[in-house]
Amino acid sequence: MWSILLHSNTIWVMLSTTILGIAAGVVGCLAYWKRQNLMSDALSHAALPGVVIAFLIIGEKNLLILVIGAAATSLVGALLIQWVTTSSRITEDTAMGIVLSVFYGFGVMLLSIANRSAGGNQSGLNNFIYGQAAAMVRSDVITMIVLAGFVIFLIAVIFKEWKLYLFDAGFAQGLGRSIKGMNTLYTIILVITIVIGIQAVGVILMAAMLIIPAVSSRYWTHSFKSMIWLSGIFGGMAGALGTWISATGSGLPTGPFIVIVSAGLFLIALLFGKEKGLIIHVLQFKSQQKQFTVRKKEVS
Amino acid sequence: MIVSNSIIQVEHLSAAYQKNTVLTDINFEVKAGTLTSIVGPNGAGKSTLIKTMLALHPTLTGKVSFFGKSFEKAKKQIGYVPQRGSVDWDFPTNALDVVTMGLYGKIGFFRIPMKKDKQKAFEALEKMGMSAYANRQISQLSGGQQQRVFLARALVQEADLYFMDEPLAGVDASTEKAIMAILEELKKQGKTVMVVHHDLQTVPEYFDHVLFLNHTVYAHGTVEETFTDSNIIKTYGGNMSWLREGDKNVVHTTS
Repeated sequence: MWSILLHSNTIWVMLSTTILGIAAGVVGCLAYWKRQNLMSDALSHAALPGVVIAFLIIGEKNLLILVIGAAATSLVGALLIQWVTTSSRITEDTAMGIVLSVFYGFGVMLLSIANRSAGGNQSGLNNFIYGQAAAMVRSDVITMIVLAGFVIFLIAVIFKEWKLYLFDAGFAQGLGRSIKGMNTLYTIILVITIVIGIQAVGVILMAAMLIIPAVSSRYWTHSFKSMIWLSGIFGGMAGALGTWISATGSGLPTGPFIVIVSAGLFLIALLFGKEKGLIIHVLQFKSQQKQFTVRKKEVS
Repeated sequence: MIVSNSIIQVEHLSAAYQKNTVLTDINFEVKAGTLTSIVGPNGAGKSTLIKTMLALHPTLTGKVSFFGKSFEKAKKQIGYVPQRGSVDWDFPTNALDVVTMGLYGKIGFFRIPMKKDKQKAFEALEKMGMSAYANRQISQLSGGQQQRVFLARALVQEADLYFMDEPLAGVDASTEKAIMAILEELKKQGKTVMVVHHDLQTVPEYFDHVLFLNHTVYAHGTVEETFTDSNIIKTYGGNMSWLREGDKNVVHTTS
């Protein structure tokens, strides 16, 4: 088991999924307070056709190019959701549902075409559906680390502006901040995080990387800053542990294991969370009940 | 018609939501140092008027100027208190932090709040009688306390002109008093305040000017001259019978 861990490629892969987990956890907090959790799911599914189209054009598996393709269709998906929502009576969640399924269906269709083409079958494009971190090579890892670092930097450097934008965008606008600018920046950050994650985690489960750590951290803190820190830590832990577990078997997909670890952390938060955990809730209720009955006895 | 000391000039302003025109041909001017209440029935476009003036809602036609300048140039002098329900109070932050947001304009985009900024924010909270709640989670504040936090956030902006959207909605009597005391103080400092207001009964007591709005301006002027039965009936339509007999004492009518 340890020999797997010591295998140099595994360490590289774990490093990249850890950083991916941190970035996704941090960005997930933004998505959580923007109340756009389903958006990340729609955009990650919308990335699939882009990956396949990029592969069909260049004919080889170069992660950077595939990521650019993924980002392109993902952004098209985001614009489409926005356009449908503002120009028709269709609500945002319906628009997301449409974009998610149509883009994903289109992607799977293209995938079957690509798999029939010469070399397509061995390309490992199928890995983009469930994720296969072990298939990554050194250059893929570097691409991921650089982009994830960039995303984290963008959030850290104007942290207070993110807080203002998420809490009260109208007020931010009154202060002269550009909400359109922040919306664009947010979409860019979200799309970058999604597209660098899809090779390791897969388009289907990528949204879980963004959603679950943010929700888990909510149970532990009442401060936005600590929530972001914790969410990053939870995401990083899930990335590292999930990758390690999947590396112990051969050909195990990475995405599902990362998500399972993440869900485990969520379960712990749900039960033991300091702020809203179920057990704390019951204990507080019991102690209040006790105080009340004691007081009642004293009176009588 | 243009009076020299008007600091707000609204000319032929209209605005719409997807299908319905909410505001048509709004014209009015506001003088410096006044306390104006905007009243009108539900759905009359009171909030929309404020939002449109502050470029938070698109303008169909017309022009708004502040201090003789465009909104873009004047926005540093303008403070805005949105409706309490416009934000998610479950957001993980405390009262002091929310008030500090009022200083972000001065602090700048890339810089972080300093100790002196926090101190300023704390003083504003103190003014609103909320210093004991500075580190309290905003989700754990009552409605009235949340409103005071919003007002404190506007105060730290040190603006010359304030717009407030229903600051007295759903607050208890002591908060209402505290808020009105602050508005009076702002007025004394020569600042101008426009307030969307829902309670006709308190208009004469709290404000010196009134603007009747129902998709367009029905009447606008000093409370003494403008706050009349006929203007109320014209704006609200139907029978505002509560004004007739018993409540006459709270309404200063000229008719």
